[in-house]
Amino acid sequence: MTHAEWPLYEVFIRSKQGLAHRHVGSLHAADDQMALENARDAYTRRNEGCSIWVVQSCHLVASQPEDREAFFDPSDDKIYRHPTFYTIPDGIKNM
Amino acid sequence: MIIKAQHQQHFDDRIAADTSIEAKDWMPDAYRQNLIRQIGQHAHSEVIGMLPEANWLTRAPTLRRKAVLLAKVQDEAGHGLYLYSAAETLGCSRQDIYQKMLAGQMKYSSIFNYPTLNWADIGVIGWLVDGAAIVNQVALCRASYGPYARAMVKICKEESFHQRQGYEAVMAMAQGSAEQKAMLQDAINRFWWPVLMMFGPSDADSPHSAQSMAWKIKRHSNDELRQKFIDNTVPQLEALGMTAPDPDLAWDEATGHYRCGEIDWNELYDVIKGHGQCNHERLQAKRRAWDEGSWVREGAMAHAAKRAANAA
Repeated sequence: MTHAEWPLYEVFIRSKQGLAHRHVGSLHAADDQMALENARDAYTRRNEGCSIWVVQSCHLVASQPEDREAFFDPSDDKIYRHPTFYTIPDGIKNM
Repeated sequence: MIIKAQHQQHFDDRIAADTSIEAKDWMPDAYRQNLIRQIGQHAHSEVIGMLPEANWLTRAPTLRRKAVLLAKVQDEAGHGLYLYSAAETLGCSRQDIYQKMLAGQMKYSSIFNYPTLNWADIGVIGWLVDGAAIVNQVALCRASYGPYARAMVKICKEESFHQRQGYEAVMAMAQGSAEQKAMLQDAINRFWWPVLMMFGPSDADSPHSAQSMAWKIKRHSNDELRQKFIDNTVPQLEALGMTAPDPDLAWDEATGHYRCGEIDWNELYDVIKGHGQCNHERLQAKRRAWDEGSWVREGAMAHAAKRAANAA
């Protein structure tokens, strides 16, 4: 009764021209074309998009939560990358 | 052991700080299992919930109502998908939990074990059943598990049309002939108490409530949500010129809430145990659909394999 499951795809949608594609969810499909059509049916029933990307979930490479500190901490002590690090006299404009 | 204690502490801190837990984050196994149970049950409810309404698709009174109902039933399939996807982020497989539902090992909402006898039932389902679901689901938009909360936000956005189309349909009947009014009152009489039971047992008797509240999966108790629904709904009921089958339903000036009569919990427990009017029929329909659809699933896989081989 139980058969091999259709692979899992992640779905990204551009809601309108000028905006980036954004992750909206996932679905199962037998192949890429079906994934695209199912994504249209499931995730754009109310004109939510003008462009869809689908990619098999197993092809996504992700950072791991347990590596979060080692991975992201290096930017913590570089506050000089933010504009607020610098002191500018009150009267100076357009900066 | 120290590592696990650290993980637990980190998890507890996040829950305390209202920081979402995401799919790959460490979480206690009981939290994971509880979510799989709740989200799975929620997904099954969406999918089983298509059946009572689909029963009236071919007999909708106008083409407009038919198009609307078709869109609503299609939405429920979509909501099932969002929820199965959220459950799968926890490491379970959709097929596995779906099979558990078909085997009667996982539950779905008891409300869908009541039959839809006439068209008025369809309006009442949109108005009351979806209305109750919205109260529940709005509260879940702030659930501590990110993928579940995000699915809820999406579902709530779509679901407000469900309730509005239902109210519009019952309003048409409430303003219709004496027979239509009687049909509507009859539908309200049959659905009123089961809808109140949708929020689950009273807090004291709800087995998962306290832990779910501590984990911030649930933000409000069953009784609080039920009260909110009653307060929302009674004025809508009055505007229709209809009544609830509850002689004790009354406005309580002191608390600023409507008070209702005692709920017959034995009825809910009976339906949960499988003795509702449609338990058997609902599962049979889904088992048949699964079996009869198997050649489609296999065919699609074979087609995909062939196409991949040809492209190589």
